[in-house]
This record gives sequence, C-alpha cells and structure tokens, in this order.
Amino acid sequence: MDTVVDMAKAIKIQAKDVNVFYGEKQALNNVSIDIEDRSVTAFIGPSGCGKSTFLRCFNRMNDVIPSCRVEGSIMMGDVDVNNPQTDPVLLRARIGMVFQKPNPFPKTIFENVAYGPRIHGLAQSKAELDDMVEDSLKKAGLWGEVADRLADQATGLSGGQQQRLCIARAIAVGPDVLLMDEPCSALDPIATSVIEELISELQQRFTILIVTHSMQQAARVSQKTAYFHLGTLVEYGDTKDVFTLPKNEQTEAYISGKIG
Amino acid sequence: MAQLVNIAAGYIKAPDAVMAAQAELLRAAQASADRARSLTLAAVMCVGFFYAFWRVSPELRARVLCEAFLRRLFFLSAVVAILTTIGIVASLLFEAVRFFREISLFDFFFGTHWSPMTALRPGDTAAADEFVAGSSGSFGMVPVMAGTLLVAVIAMAVAVPIGLFSAIYTSEFASRRVRNIVKPTLEVLAGVPTVVYGFFAALTAAPFFRDLGLVVGLDVSSQSALAAGGVMGIMIIPFISSLSDDVITAVPQSLRDGAYGLGSTRGETIIRVVLPAAFPGLVGAFLLAISRAIGETMIVVMAAGVAANMTINPLESVTTVTVQIVMLLTGDNEFDSVKTLSAFALGMTLFVITLLLNVAALTASRRLGQRYE
Repeated sequence: MDTVVDMAKAIKIQAKDVNVFYGEKQALNNVSIDIEDRSVTAFIGPSGCGKSTFLRCFNRMNDVIPSCRVEGSIMMGDVDVNNPQTDPVLLRARIGMVFQKPNPFPKTIFENVAYGPRIHGLAQSKAELDDMVEDSLKKAGLWGEVADRLADQATGLSGGQQQRLCIARAIAVGPDVLLMDEPCSALDPIATSVIEELISELQQRFTILIVTHSMQQAARVSQKTAYFHLGTLVEYGDTKDVFTLPKNEQTEAYISGKIG
Repeated sequence: MAQLVNIAAGYIKAPDAVMAAQAELLRAAQASADRARSLTLAAVMCVGFFYAFWRVSPELRARVLCEAFLRRLFFLSAVVAILTTIGIVASLLFEAVRFFREISLFDFFFGTHWSPMTALRPGDTAAADEFVAGSSGSFGMVPVMAGTLLVAVIAMAVAVPIGLFSAIYTSEFASRRVRNIVKPTLEVLAGVPTVVYGFFAALTAAPFFRDLGLVVGLDVSSQSALAAGGVMGIMIIPFISSLSDDVITAVPQSLRDGAYGLGSTRGETIIRVVLPAAFPGLVGAFLLAISRAIGETMIVVMAAGVAANMTINPLESVTTVTVQIVMLLTGDNEFDSVKTLSAFALGMTLFVITLLLNVAALTASRRLGQRYE
C-alpha cells in the first residue's frame, strides 16, 4: 500500500452549488462535488434523481433543452463551464460523451471516428487522419474487430461494438474528460463486461464520469461514488466506503436494495 | 314530346285542340304513375317495418349482423376503388394498343418529330398524301417528353432548395410558435387551385420573364418553359417542405445529441449528420414531387405553349405530355383517329413513368424507416 499522500489525486473538476431547473421544476438542488483527475466517478441513484441531468451539466448538453436552466459554477481547470461566455462547442471538444443507446451516425465505421477530427480540423493530412482513427479504435478496443472493414456501415455492427465505436468517436477528438450516461444499459452482459474492462483501461488517460443503474457496475469500475436522491447529492466518497460503510441511511437503503 | 310535357305542366299554352287533348292524356298518365310510385313506396315501407318488427326479438344478435354488414360495406368500398383504377388502366391500355397497331412502338418512343394535328389518316386526301411520308414520324414523343422533363427539372430546381431549406428551418431552428405559424401557411399554398397558378404563370410570370429578357438582351418566348416550370416549382414547394419536414423530424434525437456531444455546431450537425440520415426519405419526397410535376397539367396548358420544340433552352416555348393530351382530346375530333388514340399512348407512358417514380419513392422512404426501427 502507498502512502495516503499518493492516493489523493489532483482535482479535475470542481462543481459548486449547481441548481438545475426544467421550467418551474427544480431537478438538482445545490450540488457541490470535486471530481478527481484520471479516476472513474460513478453517479448512482434511483430514476429521476437528477444524476443524468447533472452529468449533462459538465458539457452544457442541457443547453439543447429549451426549458432547462442551470445555475452555479463548474470549474474544469481554469475553464468556467457554466459561464455564458464559454463556447459550448469548444467545451464539448474537450469533454467526450457516450450515450445510453449506441448512436453511431449512418456512415461508415471510419467516417464515424473521423467525424470529430474532421469538424475540428485536427488532422493535417489523410495519413494523420488514418492514424487518429486507428489510434482511437485501438484505445476503444475495437481495432482488432473492425480493422479490415472500416468502409462498412457502422449501423451493421453489434450493439456492444456500436457502443465501443461511440467511445472511439468521442476519444478521437482528444478530450480529457469522458461522460458516460448509462453506457451499458442497452447491452447484454458480455458486451457490458467488455465495456467495463475498457473503462478501467481508459481511466489511465481520462477522467471518467459514469451514470449507472447497476450498483455492481459502479462497485466494479469506479473509485469514487456519488449517491443522488431527489435532486440532492446525498453521499459522496470512495466507492469501497460508500458500498461497505455508507454514512447515510438513504444510501444504505438504496445499495442494499430496499428502495429504488 | 318535349312540347307536350311543357303543355301538360302548364308552362305553355296548347297551340291546338289535338295537342290539348294529348296533353290531358299525358297529365292523367303522369298522375297515375305518381300514385303508383307513392303506393309502391308505402308498401315497401310497410313490408320493411313489419319485417323488422317480426325480426326484433331477444334471440336476435343484431350486433353480430351489424358488424358483418359494416365489414362488407367497407370491403366493398375498397373493392370499388381498386376496380375503377384497374378499369381506367385497362381502357388506357386498350386504346394505347389500338394506337400502336397504327404507329410502331419505335416511331413513337424514338421519333423526334411531333405534330399530330397535321397528320391525317394515311391516304385520306390528296393534301394529306404529301404528308403521308412524314405521317408516322409526326408521332415521335421525344420532343414532348423532353419538354415535360425540362419543365419538371426547372420546377424541381426551384422547389427543392426552397422546400428543403424551409423544412430544415421549421424542423431544426424554428421555435414551436414560429413552426405553428409557418407550417400551416406553407400548407395553405398546397390548397391553391392549380388553375390559379396557371394564370399566374401565363399573365404574370411569363410576361415578367419576357420583359426581363428584353432588359438583358435575351430573346425570351412569351410562353417560356422557364415561366411554367418556375410557377410549377412554387406549387410544389409546400409538398416538398411538408414531406421533408416529417422526414427530418423523424431522425432520432440521439444522433443530434451524439453530434453535439462531439462539439458540432448546429450547422455541422444538420449538414453532416441529420441530412445524411434523412437522405433516403428526402429522396422519396423529391421523387413524389417529380411525379407530381410531370403529371401537372393546368399550369403548362396555360403557360408552356403547344409547339413541340426539341430544346433544352428554358427561354423557349416547349410543350408537355399533359398539354398534348388536352390538345388532342378537347374540341371536335373523330374518336377513332390515330391522333386521338395517340393521347392514350401518351397517357399510358405518363402513367407508367409516375407509377415507377412513386414505387421508387415508397421504397426509398421504407428503407429509411427500417434503419431506425
């Protein structure tokens, strides 16, 4: 075991007093959280507790919903995420996102991964773009399966492959942070375990925030766990502590299966 | 007889005693016929009433009978619709076959000269004899078809960009309030009778293009393909925008989220993700629009002209398949002449083309549906 000082990692994202409203209804209530760099943080809680809404605050995806209003500050390094001056388009280039349902574009496998680098002008030449696509697919653990059919339609892949393709697509833009919104909820157990292994590998390079309904998944992949209930952050701590010695009785009731 | 009826009804005075007596007889006959009709009606009503009265009983399962009756009624309606369609197609086919007995298929489909009005039946008169040599050649549909395509292409060149862009606006950018105003307004355009578009084309658009041509030194015919096609394009805009809007709205939100999540701007999302995803459906919408443009009659009758010019110059006057059919079948014509029959051949060709376009359109949009469950 290393010393305690080594265990404490740098803070990547600092959220303070985040409130989210959908029209009149308040979905999140004064949530403050510090996210560690290069670690996996899991958001758990019953449906409608605001965990997905919170996840979407980090890359301003809530902007897409007309009635949604976000208050509070989210600092990622020196970037003030929630500042109206911050360009959400540039922000989202630094923060990749993976969705509940695999959503590959109706293009070829290659074009799906090349999409991000193309729109952001990251590659100077065709060869560089090829390298980026290969590198991203390798990091997403998909290269071996699709190397010889990059020109095939992405919609022809299996669900698990599609989801890893979406991860590769997100990685290709070169983000520091990956947001995953229940990435395995539409997948079978085998595809799920592949993605979970992948998440553990990606943790070396990225700060990962994952929303999940599966407590086993949270326990398997994350170092930190945040439990949400009715729009408030009830408990946040090391995953092993939250699951073995929850401080809050709501948390305990949820992880022991009494509610939710 | 007609006079007698009038006298009997008392509209006019009988000119003489014979007529008056005859009118009296007619009146009596009519009166007895009226009585008989009333009696028959009353008898039928009585029989019906007693039959119903006799049948009404606790054991009668009227609901089942009603359901069976309704089912047959609906089935019959469907059959009537299909049978009439088949009948129309059959008569078209039958007459077209008669035409092709006179004129060879090759001459019709590949002939480059169209002038049915001057082509009399072979060997009719001495005057016609001079023309007999060219008689078969004057039923070449290529120039007519070329005119049809030219007008349709101009119409699509107007309607596709405007229709598609307005659909993108209403589906992707407009707030719900704006959308609720813009969409119905565009659909009102679809309700304007084509004859109104027709005289707009003939009296406003065509002179406008001619004057414009004079200003820039171009010789524009007063019945130009440009005017007819342009106005037809305006007619098709609501058609395209409405269908395209439905198609674009049907693209799953998850694809847009994915694009935004990668840092796409709105424009990039629409051009690189939404439109490619909607492409098969859009193609379907455009094909349906083309088939409407090709079949459209009123605008071209009023604005495109009748001369079968073989040209791709939009400033000249062209004619279309529909215009020729109108020309051939209106007015005094012997019904068995080749020229009348040629209208059926043209109609048949038009029908086959639009049918193929519609089938292609349906297949295209079905492919879109399959891709997203």
